[in-house]
Amino acid sequence: MSFEALHNAVNDDAGSELRGVSRRSFLKTSAATGGGLLLSFYLPGPLDSAHAADASAAQAFAPNAFIRIARDGGVNLIMSYVEMGQGTYTSIPMLIAEELEVELRQVRLEAAPADDRRYMNPFFRSQATGGSTSVRSAWQPLRQAGATARVMLISAAAQTWKVDVSSCRAEKGEVIHGPSGRRLRYGALADTAATLPVPERVTLKAPRDFKLIGTSARRLDSPDKVNGKAQFSIDLRLPGMKIAAVAACPVLGGKLDGVEDGKARAIQGVSQVVRLDNAVAVVAAHTWAAKQGLAALDIRWDHGPNARLGNADIVRQYEQASASSGVVARNEGNVSKAMASAARKLEAVYQLPFLAHATMEPPSCTVHVRKDVCDIWVGTQVATRAQAVAARVTGLSPERVRIHNQLLGGGFGRRLEVDFIEQAVLIARQVEGPVKVVWTREEDIQHDIYRPYYYDRLAAGLDGQGRPVAWSHRVTASSIYARWVPQAFRGGLDRDAVEGAADLPYALPNVHVEYVRQEPPRGITTGFWRGVGPTHNVFVVESFVDELAVAAKTDPVEYRRALLGESPRARAVLELAAKKANWGQPLPAGYGRGVSVQYAFGSYLSQVAEVAVSKEGEVRVRRMVCAVDCGLVVNPDTVRAQIEGGIIFGLTAALFGEITFKDGRVEQTNFNNYRLLRINETPEIEVILVKSGEAPGGIGEPGTVGAAPALANAIFAATGKRIRTLPVRGTDLRSG
Amino acid sequence: MTSLRINGKQYELDVPDDMPLLWALRDVVGLTGTKFGCGMALCGACTVHLDGRPVRSCVTPVSAVGSANITTIEAIGQTPSGAKVQQAWLDLEVVQCGYCQPGQIMSAAALLAGNPNPGDADIDAAMAGNLCRCGTYPRIRAAIKRAARATSTAPGASS
Repeated sequence: MSFEALHNAVNDDAGSELRGVSRRSFLKTSAATGGGLLLSFYLPGPLDSAHAADASAAQAFAPNAFIRIARDGGVNLIMSYVEMGQGTYTSIPMLIAEELEVELRQVRLEAAPADDRRYMNPFFRSQATGGSTSVRSAWQPLRQAGATARVMLISAAAQTWKVDVSSCRAEKGEVIHGPSGRRLRYGALADTAATLPVPERVTLKAPRDFKLIGTSARRLDSPDKVNGKAQFSIDLRLPGMKIAAVAACPVLGGKLDGVEDGKARAIQGVSQVVRLDNAVAVVAAHTWAAKQGLAALDIRWDHGPNARLGNADIVRQYEQASASSGVVARNEGNVSKAMASAARKLEAVYQLPFLAHATMEPPSCTVHVRKDVCDIWVGTQVATRAQAVAARVTGLSPERVRIHNQLLGGGFGRRLEVDFIEQAVLIARQVEGPVKVVWTREEDIQHDIYRPYYYDRLAAGLDGQGRPVAWSHRVTASSIYARWVPQAFRGGLDRDAVEGAADLPYALPNVHVEYVRQEPPRGITTGFWRGVGPTHNVFVVESFVDELAVAAKTDPVEYRRALLGESPRARAVLELAAKKANWGQPLPAGYGRGVSVQYAFGSYLSQVAEVAVSKEGEVRVRRMVCAVDCGLVVNPDTVRAQIEGGIIFGLTAALFGEITFKDGRVEQTNFNNYRLLRINETPEIEVILVKSGEAPGGIGEPGTVGAAPALANAIFAATGKRIRTLPVRGTDLRSG
Repeated sequence: MTSLRINGKQYELDVPDDMPLLWALRDVVGLTGTKFGCGMALCGACTVHLDGRPVRSCVTPVSAVGSANITTIEAIGQTPSGAKVQQAWLDLEVVQCGYCQPGQIMSAAALLAGNPNPGDADIDAAMAGNLCRCGTYPRIRAAIKRAARATSTAPGASS
């Protein structure tokens, strides 16, 4: 997600000391490492004893928290960023390996333990993977980590050979003495290198010297993912482990009143029924017994205040809240004056639904609680949050909670939450031995932490030539920041909720953007979802800009280009996408093209969608073209893959995605009514990468962001019908 | 006791007759490559082969398997089409999170075993039941075609 806003908000607070890293030292190291948009961190120095105890006995040289080189030459890279499909287990090692001078296939990866101090992602100021930030936050420090180790290994070799350091170089895991051609493998140098001081400053390679960065390196996680060996959280097996199936109160916000468990306990394999405040779990020898046990329970729920809650009630609350003005996110010029003198005025309301994440691996977590220690095996984007919640539940100190991070079967923001981990610990606390809690798909869809509902009011004034002279946008939504990162929620403004709305790529003379906070009824929790704030705002902004272009009787690409004079990178991707998509060339009746432009997560993208809409109103997405300028590219094939997947994720939501409520329950249950795009519905996708030397931008989420507006604008071009409410299937597109 | 032949090996399992094959494989035998995604044959993550035929193991009770040979992702590489599919998957870097990929590969391997040169419509028909949340579909399509080319150049196959 785009955490520039969060990053700035957190770091605005001059007095704050968050999670043990003071702002002063943070800025000091930032200055030392170049700073810029990516304030970086670096924590040099050897591992402390507590950490070293975890390390393998073969460890010989561990110059920092990211690298361990054993005497046998094994190079272990410790991954503080988790792999959830986005390719970090390849791109982050590429950064280290580039400077360390090892080949990617030489490295072994291991998941980092929970430790904010060592593994802080500066965008979050904690150990976290998300926000399309991994490469951006690792770019400086992990290359530096690799370079530091390389310098020390070269020094060790020079010392061994009693030659000058400058006559030695590193290559493919060896140090070579140029004049004599002598070679020593890193493993042979590990012991000596470990005795040397860690250099304070090292010089990083210039981009022209990169051997690995910028190449389409093979994903390191692929082989095990095609042969069934890859282990996800849900695949964990431990001796004596039991499996639990769980049901939380189907009415969100409700509680467990009571449960008759006689029939369940009679099922062979069922060992225990665990009661929680708002849920009940059946613990068994295997999943089938646990599921059958759950079905055999006679549960009485206290449905609580949401027992009669319907979707229309929630929508009405947002609509009413949006009638009042909110907190100003941006105010430039004088919108009311400009609006009053505009030749023409347009207004529109846009509405976006709650969405579930629906990761293919449902939430799953294995926990073993003992008297003095708690072990947790889970795929999480936030290891230290997982550790903290388990410490709170068990009463143990955080260092007595060990997080064993696993591969994630999809993240998309779902595993930035620890609700399911907290629940698993609450269950495990009552179980002897380790227990794996696995959610059903129904539990996942009906008890997610949902992408917020959004209600947007927009207005614009056009001059005689149709150019925008006033722009006003009021976002009404819940605040994820207020719950997830309260220190960044200041003055009533949630910067995520307005990201992509307050920071438009367009040069507009009079702009007013504001935010009205409206939380859904208690019991419904909202959270980050792939593309976060920009996914909502870019849809709204790019749809409304399209409305302005139509009102001005100007081609949508032309109209945007005229407003992008101050953003050459945005204009360049727009022109490139339009060209590659054959923008302007005629199409058959019922076909249409639509465009979107965005700047988010440090990257510029433009997408063109081509759709066909049948007389019966069925939408067929035929083609998506996406031009990407994400600055310097680490792994081009991964960037393409993320854009392809991101577009499909965005199209899925735009076409089908919707969580609705009836009697306080989520109406959707499984993939039959929470639809995902299928292969036969997937368009041809073309991704064009712009060559750039700018700092790397994020890439995991941007593809999702611009897909929906390009699609909706294409549907307008095909049908003359404007999509102002998502998903698309809610609009009647029949013709004739 | 239920008798199952899995990846060429015979297993005697003390499990209820109505236990879906998925849970027998994952929880009892310990073959966790076959994934749980929906429990209702809606996503294809649990796809295995019974005598080469793709089935959704989450809705297939062990009692319905009979004497059929069960092949899972752990052994599909030992079949000619499975090996080619896996190689094509690597060549084109299909996987992202990887969770759905065992099911995708099982469906693709069954398709190629029966149809060495599938067209787009064949791919749609065989693969539409396998969901991928990461959106790897374009590469899945391309990889099946690549694997088919490898198949069709194999000895004895027509090109």
